[in-house]
Amino acid sequence: MKCNDANTISPGRMRSWRFSGYSRYSDRIFSNLTLVFALVIVGILLGLVVVLTIDAMPAIRRFGLAFLSSSTWDPVREAFGALPAIYGTLLSSAIGLIIAVPISLGAAIFLVELAPSWLKGPASLVIEMLAAIPSVIIGLWGLFVLVPFVRSPIESWLGSKLGFLPLFQGPPFGVGFLAAGIILAIMVIPIITAVSRDAMRAVPNEQREAMFALGATRWETIRQAVLPYCRSGLVGAIILGLGRALGETMAVTMVIGNSYALTASLFSPGATIASKIASEFSEASGGVFIGSLVELALILFAVTLLVNVAARLLVWRMTSVKAAKE
Amino acid sequence: MAMVYNLVNDNTQRKPKEYIANLEGKKGILEVQDLSAWYGDTLAIKHISMIIKSQAITAIIGPSGCGKSTFIRCLNRMHEVSHGGRVEGCVLLDGNDIYARDVDPVVIRRRIGMVFQKPAPFPTMSIFDNVAAGIRLTRLWTRRWELEEVVERSLRQAALWDEVKDKLNQSGASLSGGQQQRLCIARALAVEPEIILLDEPCSALDPAATLKIEDLMRNLAEQYTIVIVTHNMQQAARVSDMAAFLLMDQDRAGILVEYGKTSQLFTNPKDKRTEDYITGRFG
Repeated sequence: MKCNDANTISPGRMRSWRFSGYSRYSDRIFSNLTLVFALVIVGILLGLVVVLTIDAMPAIRRFGLAFLSSSTWDPVREAFGALPAIYGTLLSSAIGLIIAVPISLGAAIFLVELAPSWLKGPASLVIEMLAAIPSVIIGLWGLFVLVPFVRSPIESWLGSKLGFLPLFQGPPFGVGFLAAGIILAIMVIPIITAVSRDAMRAVPNEQREAMFALGATRWETIRQAVLPYCRSGLVGAIILGLGRALGETMAVTMVIGNSYALTASLFSPGATIASKIASEFSEASGGVFIGSLVELALILFAVTLLVNVAARLLVWRMTSVKAAKE
Repeated sequence: MAMVYNLVNDNTQRKPKEYIANLEGKKGILEVQDLSAWYGDTLAIKHISMIIKSQAITAIIGPSGCGKSTFIRCLNRMHEVSHGGRVEGCVLLDGNDIYARDVDPVVIRRRIGMVFQKPAPFPTMSIFDNVAAGIRLTRLWTRRWELEEVVERSLRQAALWDEVKDKLNQSGASLSGGQQQRLCIARALAVEPEIILLDEPCSALDPAATLKIEDLMRNLAEQYTIVIVTHNMQQAARVSDMAAFLLMDQDRAGILVEYGKTSQLFTNPKDKRTEDYITGRFG
C-alpha cells in the first residue's frame, strides 16, 4: 500500500478522524437549522400576504378594481376608495425625496471627501442619532414647531410668490402634504446620507488619485471619478429612503391633517395609506370597513414591493451593463 | 481650490538655489533640492537632491518602504493629496519651484503626468472617454474630431490603438490588466505632459505585458521625460538611462544613497550599500 505511512494509526490521527466526523455531523445540523430560520422569514411574508388578502376579501368583493380609482370614504354608506390615500402617499414621499436627496448627497460628499478627519466621526454620529429618534417624537416636534413654521412664513410666502401654480394655491393650513413631506425628508436624510456615505467610502482611492493626476480639481474628481463609480450604491440609498418614506406612519399621521381629499395643492391637508390605517383602525366596525382598511394595507405592501423590485432592476441593469462590457 | 495644503509657512526655507542645467549633454528638466516629505509626523524621505534629465528614463530603485513612491509623488504634488502629506524643500521644473506659493498643483499635474501601480481605468467610462477624460477637464467644450484625433494619437503612442480601435465604446474595465495599464498611460499622454511619472507600473502585470510596457517606455523617452519607480532591478537595468538608489536610514526615512548613470550604478557602484543591494545581499 502506497500510503501506508499515512494510514498507520497514531493517537493524534484518530482524534482528528473523530473530529472530522463530528464536524460533518454538526455542519448538517447547523445548515438545517439556518434553513429553517430562512424558511420562517419566507413563511412570515407569505402568511402576511395570505391573511391580509383573506381579511380584505369583503372589500375586494364589494368594490373590485373600483376601489383603486374611487375617492370616497364614507363609513356610513359603506362606500370606500383608495385613490386619495395612494395619491397622498406618493405625493408626500416625492416631496420628501426632493428635499432629502440633495441634502443627503451633499452631506455624504462632505463627510467622505472634504471634511477634516476630526470632524468626520462626530458628524457621522449626529446623523446616525437623527435616525434613532422615535418617529412619534419627530411627529410631536413637527406638530408644535414645524407646522406653525410651514403655515407662515413658508406657505404664505410660496402662496404669494408662486400662487399662480395649482401646487401652491389654497389657504395655508400648516398641516398638509408639504408639512408631511418635510417631516419625511427629515426622517429619510439620515438613511440616505449614511448609505451613500458608505457607498462613496467604498470607492477605491486609486480612482481619485487617477483623476487628480490628470489635473482635476477636487470637485472634478468627485463629479467624474467618485460619483459615477458608486452610482448604483447611491440609487440604492435613495430607494431605501423612499421605502421608509412610503411606509412611515406615526409622524405623518400627526402632521398631514387627515382629510380625505384629492387636491393638487400641497397646502391642503390629506392622508397617506399608512396614516389612514393608523387613524381609523381603532374605530372601524363591520366587515367592509375593516376589509377596506386591510385592502389599503395590501396596496401599500404592493407599492413598496414594486418600488423595491424596480430599484433592484435599476441597480442590476446598471451593474450588468458594466459587467456585460467586461 | 478647497484643498488643504500642508506647506511650510516659512518662505525663506523655500528659496531655491541656483538652477543647474546641462548635465553631460542632456538638459536637466526637474531639479530636486533638499526634499523631505512627511505623512503626519512620520518622516518618509529626507534631504533628497537630484537632477532629472530631460528625454531620458530615470529609474528609482530600492527596497520596499524606502520612500520610492513617496518621492515620485512629491514630483507632481500628488503627495499632498494623501492623508497628512507634507513636503519641505524645492522641486524646480525648468527653474521654477512647483511648491512656490502661487503655483496651482492642478497645473503642475497637467505638466507632469502620473501612472500608478494598479491600473485604474474609470470603469463607468468607455475606452474613448477614459483617454479623453483629461482633455475634457482642461476645456469646457471640444470638437468631436479634435478629441478623436487626440485619443487616436495617445492610444497609438501607448501601443494600444490596434487592439482597441474597434471597441472604443466598450468600458475601460473590459480590457486585460496589461491593456488597462497601457490605457492609463494613454490617458496620461493625452493631456500632453512634459514628464511622465510611473509608480511601479508593471508590478501588477505578467512578464509579457511588462515587456510591452518597457518597449513602450523606450519609445516614449524620445519625446518625454520618464521617471519610473520599480523594485525590479532587472527592469531598471533594462530600461533606464539614469538610476537612483534609495534606502531607509536608521530613522526609517528614505535617503538617496547613490545616483548616476544606470550602466555605472549597476556595474560599478560607488557605495557599498548599493553594491550589496544590486548583488542581492538584502532587500
